[in-house]
Amino acid sequence: MLAFIIYKFILVLIVFLISLGIAAYSTYGERKIAAFLQDRMGPSKAGPYGLLQPIADGVKMFMKEEIIPDVSNKWLFILGPCIAMFTACMTGVVIPWGRPLIIGGETYALQITDINIGILYVFGVVSMGVYGIMIGGWASNNKYSLLGAIRASAQMISYEVAMGMSIIALVMTTGTISLSEIAAQQDHGMWNVIKQPLGFLIFITCAFAECNRAPFDLPECETELVGGYHTEYSSMKLGFYLFAEYINMFISSAVISTLYFGGYNMPFINELGLANNVLSILGVVFLFAKIIFFIFFFMWIRWTLPRFRYDQLMDLGWKKLIPLSIFNILLTGAIMIAKDLL
Amino acid sequence: MILNLFYFLAFLSVICSFMVVTARNPVHSVLYLIITFFTIGCQYLILNAQFLAAVHIIVYAGAIMVLFLYVIMLLNLNQTTEVHKSNYAKFAAAIASGLLLLVMVSSLKGADLLSNALPQNSQVGLIENLGKILFNSFLLPFELSAILFLAAMVGAVLIGKNEVK
Repeated sequence: MLAFIIYKFILVLIVFLISLGIAAYSTYGERKIAAFLQDRMGPSKAGPYGLLQPIADGVKMFMKEEIIPDVSNKWLFILGPCIAMFTACMTGVVIPWGRPLIIGGETYALQITDINIGILYVFGVVSMGVYGIMIGGWASNNKYSLLGAIRASAQMISYEVAMGMSIIALVMTTGTISLSEIAAQQDHGMWNVIKQPLGFLIFITCAFAECNRAPFDLPECETELVGGYHTEYSSMKLGFYLFAEYINMFISSAVISTLYFGGYNMPFINELGLANNVLSILGVVFLFAKIIFFIFFFMWIRWTLPRFRYDQLMDLGWKKLIPLSIFNILLTGAIMIAKDLL
Repeated sequence: MILNLFYFLAFLSVICSFMVVTARNPVHSVLYLIITFFTIGCQYLILNAQFLAAVHIIVYAGAIMVLFLYVIMLLNLNQTTEVHKSNYAKFAAAIASGLLLLVMVSSLKGADLLSNALPQNSQVGLIENLGKILFNSFLLPFELSAILFLAAMVGAVLIGKNEVK
C-alpha cells in the first residue's frame, strides 16, 4: 500500500514537473518560432541560444510589483488565476503516458489514474477552466476585462458543443471512453485519425478555441480590449494566466495525440521484438515527439493566420462545426451499419 | 469512512445552498451554487455513478452556470440596482417552494432508505450498464425526454430570433 502511494506520488510529481517544464520552454519555443517565421533572431542573449530566457522571464514576473485594484473583489481577484492554473494542471492525470513498465514482476502503469470515464473527465475539467477567466475578468472591475471574460465564456460554451459531438463519433468507432483503452486499441489497429479524419479536424479546431489560442484568441484581443481578461493583472498572477495557457496547449496536444494519433504507439514497433520495458520507454519518447509536434503546430497556426472577428467565430462554431460534427456522427453510424451488413 | 464523507458533503451542500439564497451579490450566489453542484457530483461518485457525476459537472457546473454567470455579468446586477419584490410576490414564492419541499419530502417517505443506504458496489452507474438500461428497459421515456429537449431547443431559438419583417 505504501509502495503504491509512493509510486503514484512520484508519477504525479513527474507529470506536474514535466507540464511546468514544457510550458516554460513553450514560451521560449513560441518566440523562436515567431522569430523564424518573421525572419528574426528571437531571444538569444540569456545563455547559449537564449536557452535561459524562460528562467529570466520567471524571475522578472516574480520581481514585478503586485497590484490589486482598490475597487476589485480581492478574494475573487486572487482566485481567478488560481483556478486557471489548477484546472490546467488537473487533466494530466488521465493521460496514458506509455505502456506499463514491468519491474521485478510488478506492473507499473504509466498513467496516474485509469478511470473508465477518461474523456468525460477531460471535458469536465476543460469546462471548469473558463471560470478562472470569468471570475478574474469580473473581479477586475474593468470594462475591458469584463468584455474579455464574457467573450471567453461564450466562446468556450459554443466550441465545447462541437468538441463533444466530434468525440461522440470517435467513441462510436472505439466503443470505449477510457483513454488507456483508446491508446491500447491503436497499438494493433490503425490510428484513429484514419478512421475519423473529419472528427479530428473538428476536434483540433475546437481545441484551439478552448485554449484561447490564435486565431481564436478574442478574449485577450489586444487591438480591441487592451489585454482582455488579464488587463488589471500584474506580477505572477498575470504569469499564472499566461502559464496556464501554455499548460493547456501541452495537455490538449497530449489529448489529441492520444485520441487520434496513436498515443504512445508507433506503427511496426511491435515487429522489432524489443523487450517490454524498452518498448514502454520508447513509447513515452514517441508520445512526447507527437506532443511537441502539435505544440509546434499550435504556434505555427498562431503566426500564420490572422485573428477571427467575433461574429465569424460564432458563425464558425454554431453554423459550420456543429452541423459538420452531426454529419460526422451520421456518417460514422452509416459506415458501421454498412460494415455489419456486408 | 464513506458515511462520514457523505455527511461532510451533505453539510457542505446545505451550507452552500443556504449561502446561495442569502448572499447579497448575485455573482457570489452563482459561485456558491457551483460549489453546491460540485458537492452533489461528489455524492454521485460515492454511489459509484461515475458517468452521472461527470455529466452532472459538465452540464450543470460547466455549461448552465457559465451561462448564468454570463447573464449576471452582462446585466451587472448589484445591491443598488436589485429589484425589490412586493410582499405578495415573496409570500407566493414562500408558499410555492414550501409545497415543492412537501412533495419532495413525501416522495422520500415511501422509499426504503435503510436497505439502499450505501450501494457502493452497485455497478449500475457505470457507463456500459447505464447505456444498456437506458436503451432496453427505459427506451420510451428516454426518447420522449429527447423530444422534450428538442422542443425546448426549438422554442429557445424561436424566442431568441430577431423578428425579420
